[in-house]
Amino acid sequence: MAEYTLKIRRADPSRGVVAHWESHSVELRESASVLDAILQVKDERDGSIGIRCSCQQGICGSCAVRINGKPGLACNTHLEEAARRDNGVTIQVEPLGNMPVIRDLIVDMDAVHWKKIRRVTPWLLAKQPVPEREYVVPHEAMVDVTQSMACIQCGACVSDCLSMEVDREFIGPAALAKAYRFVGDPRDGEQAERLYDLSNDPHGLYDCTHCFNCIDACPKGVAPMSQIMRLRRIAGSDQKIEDRNNGYRHEQAFVKNIRRNGLLHEADLLPDSYGGKMHPRAVPELIRSLPTVLTALARGKVTLFKALGHPHKAPKEVRRIFDTIESRPERIELNLYVSGIEDEPLRAARTDEPTPIHLPPLEEDAE
Amino acid sequence: MPSQDVLIIGAGLAGQRAALAAAQQGATVAVVSKVHPVRSHSVAAAGGINAALNPDDTWESHAYDTIKGSDFLGDQDAIEIMCRAAPDEILWLEHAGVTFHRDDTGHLGTRAFGGASAARTYYVADITGQAILHVLYEQLMRHHDQVDRYEEWFTTDLVQDAGGRCIGAICRNIRDGRLEVFNAKSTILATGGAGQVYTPTTNGLIVTGDGIAQAFRIGARLMDMEMVQYHPTCLAGNGILITEGARGEGAWLLNAKGERFMEKYAPNKLELASRDVVSRAEQTEMNEGRGFPDGTVALDITKVPRKRTLEALREIVNIGRDFAGVDITREPIHIRPGQHYIMGGIKTDVHGRTSVAGLYAVGEVACVSVHGGNRLGANSLLDTLIFGRRAGEHAATLVRQVPMPKTPASHVRDTERRIASIIRRNPTPPTRRVAAIKLELGRTMNEHVAVFRDADGLAKAHETIRRLKEEEPHATIDDTGSVFNQDVIGAIELGYMLDVAETIVVAAQERKESRGAQFRTDFPARNDADWLKHVDISRNGTDVPHVSYSPVTITRWEPEERKY
Repeated sequence: MAEYTLKIRRADPSRGVVAHWESHSVELRESASVLDAILQVKDERDGSIGIRCSCQQGICGSCAVRINGKPGLACNTHLEEAARRDNGVTIQVEPLGNMPVIRDLIVDMDAVHWKKIRRVTPWLLAKQPVPEREYVVPHEAMVDVTQSMACIQCGACVSDCLSMEVDREFIGPAALAKAYRFVGDPRDGEQAERLYDLSNDPHGLYDCTHCFNCIDACPKGVAPMSQIMRLRRIAGSDQKIEDRNNGYRHEQAFVKNIRRNGLLHEADLLPDSYGGKMHPRAVPELIRSLPTVLTALARGKVTLFKALGHPHKAPKEVRRIFDTIESRPERIELNLYVSGIEDEPLRAARTDEPTPIHLPPLEEDAE
Repeated sequence: MPSQDVLIIGAGLAGQRAALAAAQQGATVAVVSKVHPVRSHSVAAAGGINAALNPDDTWESHAYDTIKGSDFLGDQDAIEIMCRAAPDEILWLEHAGVTFHRDDTGHLGTRAFGGASAARTYYVADITGQAILHVLYEQLMRHHDQVDRYEEWFTTDLVQDAGGRCIGAICRNIRDGRLEVFNAKSTILATGGAGQVYTPTTNGLIVTGDGIAQAFRIGARLMDMEMVQYHPTCLAGNGILITEGARGEGAWLLNAKGERFMEKYAPNKLELASRDVVSRAEQTEMNEGRGFPDGTVALDITKVPRKRTLEALREIVNIGRDFAGVDITREPIHIRPGQHYIMGGIKTDVHGRTSVAGLYAVGEVACVSVHGGNRLGANSLLDTLIFGRRAGEHAATLVRQVPMPKTPASHVRDTERRIASIIRRNPTPPTRRVAAIKLELGRTMNEHVAVFRDADGLAKAHETIRRLKEEEPHATIDDTGSVFNQDVIGAIELGYMLDVAETIVVAAQERKESRGAQFRTDFPARNDADWLKHVDISRNGTDVPHVSYSPVTITRWEPEERKY
């Protein structure tokens, strides 16, 4: 048993009670959950504390909250682990971010999370004709989409999505992971339409900034960002969807930039994203970006030399990595759902035989 | 005032399936649920769903296994209906998008489950319930023009007209405390079981027997309430479930001496005997001193290849790590029997109709009875879907002949007054809170109305329940607000739980034999001559509920000695 200070963020906008912290001292075993602590207070001292909860085993998705700054389920976060994020005794519990608070730890999931889920046509558009018996599909494909199927709709990823913080309309990690669940499902008949839709939505696929917060937040290993990247690869590399957000061209420009420079050379990135410095699409964009460039110059973030010159040239190794990966007949998707098995090889998601990544031996670098 | 052809209360698998079926028939539908539908406890069903879909399997074999599992208390007409319909239901789910496990050829693959003579359990890793529930919810979103969803609305009362017909319900919007009358030509209860009557239980905090008690209170007959399933593999203390899928995949049960004790109790089926048999075996090992000091035996999942465990039993890998600090792929995990399911419930016919006109019940809240004295693993999802669909269809076809009823406003005022009086409670001297009363109830049930029962223990339990019933109306309430006042809901649920608990105890006292999940140490044998019948329970004012009997339907399988 150990003693913890449980600080709960409380609010009841309907009665004009503004958000404030309320502290309770609780004594529980270190392996008890944050939800155990909240329920101890609620059951024994103050029944008015608002929190959604039911299964207490990490499957119903009701009790997602922010615990010492990190979103997650209260029921499967141990007190000891939570307290370690702070001073070892204090556990601060507050409602999820990016969603309006209804009361105490309860947020309006419908106004944000479910609205976004509904945005991605969240049901199977069955490939025709529907077979008399089951669709015959590869085992690996079902395991693959089961990773996003494992989402319990708790909203933890939505809470800490940085892109959503600046763009409220961003479809977001949970809904895009849900979209992959259909795009990756060989039984769905409208994958191309889904990808076209999500690529061209100005708040869609290309709005994610790779911050990894959703992967950290997810209590079920769904890895929403990985699903978003898969959607992008299928939309761009496979389906060659040239979206009006310039997302795919931007990605290609990035790859080209790194292949050439080894390190990112910002000055080339923008024009390349629009088809090169002389491209008619690029000119207005370049003019529009001038204020940003000037501010950066003024604040010393860029020098004129760096902006115009090519300070780097990619070493051979970088080019060799590109050549090796690009010469493969098929892209290998690592299935993260069945990963981390140190005594067995990882399986490729869409091929029968995994092809381990072997780079040709490096020659002594002459440069 | 919402008025729909069909009102469905509860949005787990049974409720959502009923809603889709009724909408398919052209009815207007409202679904009311006290939690968001995907939080319903169906989400926790792990292992899978049974169907004789393989060409070399037969529905008759599935039916026989189910009947034997029920210890011959299941009604065979209902079981036949369920097992015949199972294969088509699996295909319907598959076409709707459930990501069922595939074998190497890309066809649906199965796993073995307890009490079954063939591997006929279809599954999605060990999140089968979640996968199906979420896919049904996808379909509800798709058909939003026909199905109105009322998410986070708590049902306080079922409403009857002067003739006793159920004409809808009164529900409280949890978000703002507003009461609303739901008029309906047919009402389908799909509120799930009553696991919270026990402590510990595998069931979520929301599983408080609401529908059973609401129906009981308006005169519906209950059946087989004594039949409460203890699942063989639950974590000690918190009661969290380890799926039967683990044993299906090859895990062993071991006592503290390292013996595979199921060899003694079920030499043929071993760990895959029916749940009542395995739970009794474990309890016997512990009672006779061969358990671990923490009151457990061990489940050894290391017998399952590690890769298979990580792929097909992923959820319990997490549970082991998060809730017991054990890597189940490396070492055995300590488990014990724990309350899991109630076979009994509101007595219905094969269309889901209860003894109250206009009122249906489906899923765990109901007792058709397909599970009799003991439910087989992976038959509960099937039960919810088959009878959910049937009741939805039946209710929808019926509504054409019935005019839309209208609930008088006085009903709402009664409920308003009742809720206001709960909120206004200010007992002096201070009384116990709801949680304290509930805990005493749960512990009492788990002590005296568990795997083994006897007359003395049952009498003690009954005495405690009667005392708690006196105490319940005076429990302390802290919350005086109207937005998400969970305290008020908790107080109403406590009343439901006490009603359900009493019916369980009364039925267990009544059945003076041992059958399925009911094992009376004072009547240790099955007694077909006197007790091959259902125990029915109905309300008797505020007195001890009234007991009567109804026959078991036997079509072609005569009772025989049950061996695994």
